Amino acid sequence: MDKPARPPHNRALTHSLPSRMSDRIASILTSASEIILGKPDVLKLSLSCLLAQGHLLIEDVPGVGKTTLAQTLAHLLGLQYRRIQFTSDLLPADIGGVSVFDKDSGQFRFQPGPVFCQVLLADEINRASPKTQSALLEAMEEGQVTSDGETRKLPQPFFVIATQNPLDQIGTFALPESQLDRFLMRLSLGYPSHQAEKELLLGQSRRELLLQQGNVLSDGDVLDLQSQVGGITASPALIDYILALVNASRSHARVALGLSPRSGLALKRAAQAWALIDGRKAVVPEDVQAVFPHVAGHRLQLNSGDDSGVATLIKELLADVAIP
Amino acid sequence: MSAVRDHLSAAKVYRVLAVLFLIAAPHLPRLPLWASALVIAMGIWRALAAQRTWPMPGALLRNLLAGLALVGIWTQYQTLNGHHAGVALLVVMLAMKLTEMTTRRDYLVVIYLSYFLLITHFLFSQEMIMLLLMFAGALAITSVLIEVNHPQGILPLKRNLRLSGTLMLQAVPLMLIFFVLFPRIPGPLWGIPTDAGAGMTGLSDSMEPGMISELGMSDAVAFRVRFDAEAPPRSELYWRGPVFEYFNGRSWLPGPGSDLPMREQIEFEGPPTVYEMQLEPHGKRWLLALDLPRGPLPEGTSMGRDLVLRHKWDVIDKKLYRLASGTRYNVDSEASERYRQHLLSLPQASNPQTREMVLSWKAQDDAPQAIIATALQHFADQPFHYTLRPPLLMNQHSIDQFVFETRRGFCEHYASAFTFMMRAAGIPARVVTGYQGAERNGDYYIVRQSDAHAWSEVWLDGRGWVRIDPTAAVAPERVELGLGGALPAGEPIPGLARLSRGTLVQLQLRWDQVNAAWNRWVLAYGPELQQNLMAALGMSGLRALLIALTVLTLSSLLIVNLLVARAHQSELERDPVQRIWRRFLGKLKRAGLAPQPSEGPIDLSQRIARQAPKLAGDAERISQLYVRLRYASRQTDPALLKRFRQRVRAFPSRAG
Repeated sequence: MDKPARPPHNRALTHSLPSRMSDRIASILTSASEIILGKPDVLKLSLSCLLAQGHLLIEDVPGVGKTTLAQTLAHLLGLQYRRIQFTSDLLPADIGGVSVFDKDSGQFRFQPGPVFCQVLLADEINRASPKTQSALLEAMEEGQVTSDGETRKLPQPFFVIATQNPLDQIGTFALPESQLDRFLMRLSLGYPSHQAEKELLLGQSRRELLLQQGNVLSDGDVLDLQSQVGGITASPALIDYILALVNASRSHARVALGLSPRSGLALKRAAQAWALIDGRKAVVPEDVQAVFPHVAGHRLQLNSGDDSGVATLIKELLADVAIP
Repeated sequence: MSAVRDHLSAAKVYRVLAVLFLIAAPHLPRLPLWASALVIAMGIWRALAAQRTWPMPGALLRNLLAGLALVGIWTQYQTLNGHHAGVALLVVMLAMKLTEMTTRRDYLVVIYLSYFLLITHFLFSQEMIMLLLMFAGALAITSVLIEVNHPQGILPLKRNLRLSGTLMLQAVPLMLIFFVLFPRIPGPLWGIPTDAGAGMTGLSDSMEPGMISELGMSDAVAFRVRFDAEAPPRSELYWRGPVFEYFNGRSWLPGPGSDLPMREQIEFEGPPTVYEMQLEPHGKRWLLALDLPRGPLPEGTSMGRDLVLRHKWDVIDKKLYRLASGTRYNVDSEASERYRQHLLSLPQASNPQTREMVLSWKAQDDAPQAIIATALQHFADQPFHYTLRPPLLMNQHSIDQFVFETRRGFCEHYASAFTFMMRAAGIPARVVTGYQGAERNGDYYIVRQSDAHAWSEVWLDGRGWVRIDPTAAVAPERVELGLGGALPAGEPIPGLARLSRGTLVQLQLRWDQVNAAWNRWVLAYGPELQQNLMAALGMSGLRALLIALTVLTLSSLLIVNLLVARAHQSELERDPVQRIWRRFLGKLKRAGLAPQPSEGPIDLSQRIARQAPKLAGDAERISQLYVRLRYASRQTDPALLKRFRQRVRAFPSRAG
């Protein structure tokens, strides 16, 4: 009945994006995976988090490449990158900037802080005092910084990658749930595989490698892609699936605090970005399944109060909830 | 102790509290004061915890209070069993549970316990009005249950009530089946302890002056009766109750062994009067019957030597039974010498004046008939008065005092005095208590406590037991017209015994008709009627009942299952895309590629590509179409749907 000639593994199932843009997204991921070895999923999730206009929380031990990941994304997307190392004596002004008196002009002049950038790596965010944390979180939420009664817009796009060290217990201030909610996704890089680590040790410095590659996109392209995310179709049938997942989390016996409606919105948006990266115009349940563990993980609270069961619970939810 | 966090919204908590209060409120007056106070305090604490985020009591305080409440109930009732103590325990512990109601699970526990609490009201009253209250209560609890479970949270009240009402209506067929088939346990339910008879009004198992006149003030229904044919004339409506054969100088008591089986042969004249009795519970064994019952006795009853119909157990719930009686009878038996002596016994040297008078009558004419006539004449001629408010008889010789001094009395005074006279004259006699008369209401008759009456029976050689009503000699209107006609003007008469009727009384009588139907059709359905019904359906015994119940339960479950499946089916039929997709999944299942419910279409086609490369192309195309139809568009494109249907129909294609 049909010509059997068509290639069977075409992932672009529906109408494709303008091929130029989809090629370029693919080439970002390819280039990035030459630098961050063996972590294609993390790269794709980070990119979808950025495109969904969310912020990313990375929970991992030091030395697995968090900084490299942030630099790589910023460089390939043509975005301006800054980094703040959070310490317990860091003050809000150290992030947002401060007005200093200029002797020449005899006036106060605003000295913008490191937050005025496009990709901000907030390293070890849980070492700073809650006051400082909330200054950053305000910037994330509002896209602006208020200092001396004056509100200043941050550059667009603005993407925060915050890290926290899960093993740290002394001298840290854990982020409260309401602030964890500000992060669209929580990821963990984990140790590289044997093969990837061998390649890493044999190869060049990652930073040098990165400099050899050019920018693939500009900040204008990123804004354009971000605006396309909202246009990816999420059909009523798909929304039913998201609702089924959210409701299952609320009524699960081991869950103390289920997913909020805001989590549902985050899930939808992340899945739209994921579908965009995959070159689809519509979200399919697989997209939701791909982002669900990372969107829901830090938003669920178990009865036991212990975080270790969350991953198992999410697996159970994904396996048990039927696609309507 | 850290305060327990409250995850439930305040609005939900208020609703649970309100519903619970509604259900528990009728129980509160029955509880000891401290328990009611504790229940209310716990409710208020929970409400404040919800409103002002007060901390709830910690585990230590909760356990301490629960322990104290347990001890308190034990001290109050000396048991945790029995329906008073049990209900008190349930109410108090449910109130305590409120203060640890923080998770959904606690919520559900409270709601299910509320259903249980609702049922306990039946232990105290089974009136029809109670049924209506129970329906309202169940509706309220169900609506709270819906609120807890509904994915959309709190629904508008109207929608919620409609949903819970639908749920309740769906349960009605099951309720009817269980009503008819659930095995009725003969005899008192083991759970109902001895205090169940307390507080019931009715005749007592002894008779003292003043006892029946107290009953005379009560409008309460004693029983209702429905005659198959014409009712006998009012003057023949003597309803036989407890019989007293022993006099101790003040009270009349049952004779020893009066409940031994009857040996008397009774001959009846005329056709039997057949009727159906609806007896209100009175906590004693006797069953009221029109004097005297004949023919087959109801199951579980027997007649004693005193010709009283008795049930095997105390009558603590409404009884429905059919009887045949003959109002004209001849008891053909020779009372044994010992029994006769016993029916002549009087306390020595009591009431000497009365004895002397009776002996003087006997000296004139010692035929029993003549003595009886003289005695009745004495009551009629001397200034005796019939009154509900007789003076107290404080004298040691109370009958002397009544016959010679006060001369004002109610039926028990006359029956007592007359029986005493007969015994003094050497005629075996006993006191019979019961009811006299009946009031017509529609197609049945009501007999009230105010119709309570006492009369005498004398043993006459050759005729056996003969009923003599001395009250009729004093106040013949009592027998002809009832209490209202017999009492002298100016005496307070219980409202419903009056001869003239207002609208209120008419309404009360209407309401009684409703209650009578309720009793007859619902409450009286006990083990006997159930067995009769089962026998009529060709089943007998508990075993058959259980089989029937099992079959019906299983078949109703099956029906429910089918209905649910059909509802599901129709949802699929509304969406052709889903229906075709299910068909495709079914084909995959038959091909050994059973899909997981959480497997999306793309994952599915990739798995097929791995597991069955031959099918890969077709599956891929079908998945693509499915994604486009279901996820990529809001309106179904008919051309696309047609292609989808064709592909699925052709799957798996040999050509592919």
